[in-house]
This record gives sequence, C-alpha cells and structure tokens, in this order.
Amino acid sequence: MDLTAPVLTGYGIWAPVAWLAAFVAATIVVYLLWKTGESSYKKGTEQGRPYLSGNAEPEKGAVHIRASNLYWGFLQALKGYYDAIVPIHTGVLTDYMIWFVAVTAMLLVVIGVLS
Amino acid sequence: MTFVDFIVTNAPALLVAIPLFAAFTIPAVGKISAAARNLWVMGTMLLTAAVAFILAFRVFSTGTVIYVFGAAAANLAVPLDSGGIPIRIIFTVDAMSAFMDVICAIVGTSVLLYSLSSESRNTNLEGYYALYLLMITGVFGMVSTGDFFNFFVFLEILSLASAGIIAYRIDGGLAVEAALKYFILSTLGAILVLFAIGIYYGQYDALNIAMIAQRMQFSMLDKIALVFLVAALAMKCGAVPMHFWTPDAYSMAPSSATAFLVVASQASLYGLFRVVFTMYNMTMNCATVGWIIIILGVLSMVIGVTMAIPQKDIKRLMAYHAVSQTGYMLLGVGVGLAVLGNTTLTSAYGFMAMEGGIFHIFNHAMYKGLLFLTAGAIFYRIGTRDLNKMGGLGHTMKYTMIFFIIGALAIAGIPPFNGFASKLMIYESVYLFNPIFAIIAMVVSILTLASFVKVFHSVFMGPQLPEYADVKEAPLPMLIGMGILAAIVILFGLFPQPVVDMLVAPAANALANQGGYIASVLGGA
Repeated sequence: MDLTAPVLTGYGIWAPVAWLAAFVAATIVVYLLWKTGESSYKKGTEQGRPYLSGNAEPEKGAVHIRASNLYWGFLQALKGYYDAIVPIHTGVLTDYMIWFVAVTAMLLVVIGVLS
Repeated sequence: MTFVDFIVTNAPALLVAIPLFAAFTIPAVGKISAAARNLWVMGTMLLTAAVAFILAFRVFSTGTVIYVFGAAAANLAVPLDSGGIPIRIIFTVDAMSAFMDVICAIVGTSVLLYSLSSESRNTNLEGYYALYLLMITGVFGMVSTGDFFNFFVFLEILSLASAGIIAYRIDGGLAVEAALKYFILSTLGAILVLFAIGIYYGQYDALNIAMIAQRMQFSMLDKIALVFLVAALAMKCGAVPMHFWTPDAYSMAPSSATAFLVVASQASLYGLFRVVFTMYNMTMNCATVGWIIIILGVLSMVIGVTMAIPQKDIKRLMAYHAVSQTGYMLLGVGVGLAVLGNTTLTSAYGFMAMEGGIFHIFNHAMYKGLLFLTAGAIFYRIGTRDLNKMGGLGHTMKYTMIFFIIGALAIAGIPPFNGFASKLMIYESVYLFNPIFAIIAMVVSILTLASFVKVFHSVFMGPQLPEYADVKEAPLPMLIGMGILAAIVILFGLFPQPVVDMLVAPAANALANQGGYIASVLGGA
C-alpha cells in the first residue's frame, strides 16, 4: 500500500504529501528571509505598550472585540435574507412538526404521484 | 472454540450485547465506587471498540459477515424449513456497516475518555454513562442489523437514550425542553418508520432488508413507505427544513454527549442511504429521489452555514455547522443516486461523488466531534457558552486552542486536513454533474471558514481578560480525548488515499451493489 498515493477526485488529483513538502519549503524560505531582518525589539520597554494617540489604554475587557460586533456588514448586506430565514426558527415544537409534515406531504406528491 | 474464535464468530452480537449489558449493570457497579464505575464503563467501551475493529477487519478482508441470532450456525440465514424466508433476526455487516462501526468505535472511545473528566463534577453519573452506553448500543445496532424491524428497535433505543442525555444537565429546564422537542420529533419519525415497516410486512411477509429488497415491486404502497422513511431519516439526520431540533438539542446536551450525537445523526443518514440504495435501488426512479436528496443537501449546506454566522452561543453555532456539513454528505451521495442507472455517468463521476459523501461522513464525525469537545472544554473552564463573554483564552488554554484550530481548518476544508480531501472529491465530481452545486459547496466552505474565524477570534484572541485570569488548561483526559480525534483529522488529511482504498471505496461499493447485499443473506435465492 502506498501511503503517499494521491487521491483521484474525479477531475484531477490531490497529493497532500507533495502539498505539505511545498508548504514546508515555502515556510523555510519565509523564515530565512525573516532572519535576515534587523532585531530592534527590546522586551519590557515602551515598545511593548500599545500607543493610542497618547490616550490611556482602556481596560482589557473593553479592548477585545466581542463576537456580536463581527460580520456586522455581512449581516446587514443580507438583511433581507436573514429577515426571512431567522423568524422561521421559532423554537416552537408545533412549528417544527408542521415543517416535518409539510415536507412529508411534498415528498408524497413528488415521489408518490409525479415519479 | 478458543476465546478469540468466540469473539470473532460472535462479534456482531457482542457489538450490541456488551454495551447493553454494561448499561444495565452500571448502577450496581456505581454503588461500589466512582473509580470502579469509571473502570467498568471505560473497559466496556474499549472492549466494544476492539470487537468493532475485529469485525470491521473481517468484513474488509473477507466480505460481508452474516450473523443469525438463535440459528444452529451463525451464517444460516435461511432455515431449510422456512420456505426460503429468513425468519430470524439477522445482522448483515457489509463494508458500509463496518465503515459506520469504525466511526462509532473511534468517536465513542474518544468521547468517553473525555467524559471521565468533563462530567466528573456532576452527580448521577451512573445514569449518564448508562444512557451513553445505550446510545452506543443504538448506533451499533442500527448500522449492523439486516432486519428492518430490528433497525426500528435500535432507532428507538438511540432516540430514548439521546433524549435522556440531552436533558441530563437540566439547566433551568432548557435542556429538558430541548430533549422534549427532540423526543417528540423522534417519536413522530419513528411512527413513520414503523408504518413503513408495516407496509413492507403486509406486502412481502418479510422484515429482512435483503428479502424486502429482493421482492420490492415499487408499488404505490412502496412509494408511500419510501416517502415516510426518507422524511423520517432526513429529519433525524438534521436535513433542512427539518433541522430545527438540531441547534436546540446539540447546544443543551453535555458537550461530550453532543460529540456523540453527531454520530447518532449519521446513523440515521446511514439508514437513509441503506433504504434508497439497498432496499429500492433501481426499482425506484433514482433520478427523482436522487434530486430530492440533492436539494435537501444544498438547502442544508446553505441555510446551515448562514444561520451559523450570526449565532452567539458557541454550541448553537457549531450545531448549525453540523447541519451544513450533513448537506455535503447528502449532496455527494445524492448525485451518486441520481445517476445510478447510467453506467457511463456513474463511472465518470457518480461513484466518486458517493465516495466523497461517504468519506465526508467519517471526516465530519472526527472534526465535528473534536470541535464539540473543544467547546465543552471551554464551557468546563469558564462556565458559559456565550461567545460575547469570551476572549483571550488562547493565553491559558493553548492545547485546546490548537485542537480548535485543527478542527476549524478541517471543517472549512483547508488543506492538508481531512475535510479538504473529502470536500475536493465532492466539489470535482459534483461539478461534472452540475457546476452550480459545486460552486455553492465551495462558497459554503468559505462561509464556514469565516464563521470559525469569528469563533477563534472571540474565544481565543485578544488580551487576557481579568475574569479569566485564573482559567487553566482542560484536564488531561479531556486533552487526550481531543488529541485522538485531532490526530485522526491530521493523519486522514495527509494520507487520504489509503483510507479511500481500505474503507471508503468498499463502503461505496457495498452501498451501490444491491445484488451483492441480497446474495450475502439469501445466497442468490
């Protein structure tokens, strides 16, 4: 058995070991480039402190961007979609059952009558 | 007969007998001590997993294994005086069943190891472990049985145990409410399954899957039975628009149990595939049913991922992703079914799509199980699932963060993790069927990555928050449980072809080869 054999995907191949070798080679090149840079960082000095235009640093909890603030633009752009899709998820059991019965009825028509 | 021979010969029966026996005896063992109880439950799981691996090895090396309960010989499916009807309960473990057994064994063991720590602070653990072992019994039974009424029995065992374990933590009544929703919907689905069984029995005088498949006429009654089974099993595996129970149940169950609920849902997915491929196959209009499964898959992918993005509860978010990933499996196998009658298209891309879908079942069980376990580790340490209250945990929970990254990259289909291999097989084969579906699948993967970037940032990034200054890394057994799944995610990503050759392709072959399944039970009768 060839452990490193590529996967046939129906249209091409996927060779993860070759990909990994290329990734490691690229990482080594990046590391070598990085090593050529000049190290000027001095730990424990003013360099390590955040500079906020001279203002005092807020407390840690206030700096962290919370989950609800992320992807606001995405959700706004798809507001119409979400306005339609979120209310369907009512959390009410009878609604869940109606969906189940409706899908069953639809399948009965498609498979039982049209098929 | 030596002990090893006994195990090998009776492996299909032991697969359900061992966890069932342990489940009912654990309250007594728990009276001795907590250590004895843990040893009992872990020993049971390891033994059951070993039996599952032995059985799977036998199936993959020698072919389908038949086990007839109560017969003079374990493989005597059709008694001489039965008129050609397999009257006893028969377990028919073909490559697809063995494939599912392997998944259940791996995830079941990892989750149980994790549970020893994650649930240690709770009371009534005998009840928890009894329910967990009943879930194990239910899954192994569902995927191994060759008798359709028996399938219903194990489906019920699984549903009842799952409802119990979802409600286990009570949580101000919310968990009980989630369990009640799951239980009532499961019962509704189970009634339809039972109704379908009644239809088959009334028409064909048989409960055996191979016998029903051999006699299948695809009459109007068979069409009704098919509809009931497709609807019930699609609902049980969380396909849109019957997925509503999934976020409720997955988020309220203990995280360890949630990881195994993923496998429980996949057992229903297995049931769906078994019905359409093994029981009906070419007797039905494969294109119509295939397209129905494809549409359910595409809806699940899109609605699952878009509903995940705005979630604020980490487990609800992951639950919606579970719905979305189920869509990939439905899409891949649905394409294989839609072109089943056309040999040219099946060999061109249909079989590859099936392989991709089936491979994704395995991969999803590993990385989604891993992700739910990381969510559980976070909840274990900080006591909340609210993403808005989290942050900076990467400073203290480094190993959990690494495991989360592995799971998140795998679910998003980033190379070289296992999710990429199966998704690529689905993308490229589905592209040949219909490019639009392949594009949708890729867009869904991008949205999945975006969603998990949000989770990663919200949970692990940012400065160390004062309220979590004392938070420690998850306990060692939890890390080991996560580590096992993470290792498989990486290994199966780096070396996918041996997995496809040894596990996936035989499983897809077994599913597509209805004649082989029937002949293995009825001997070509």
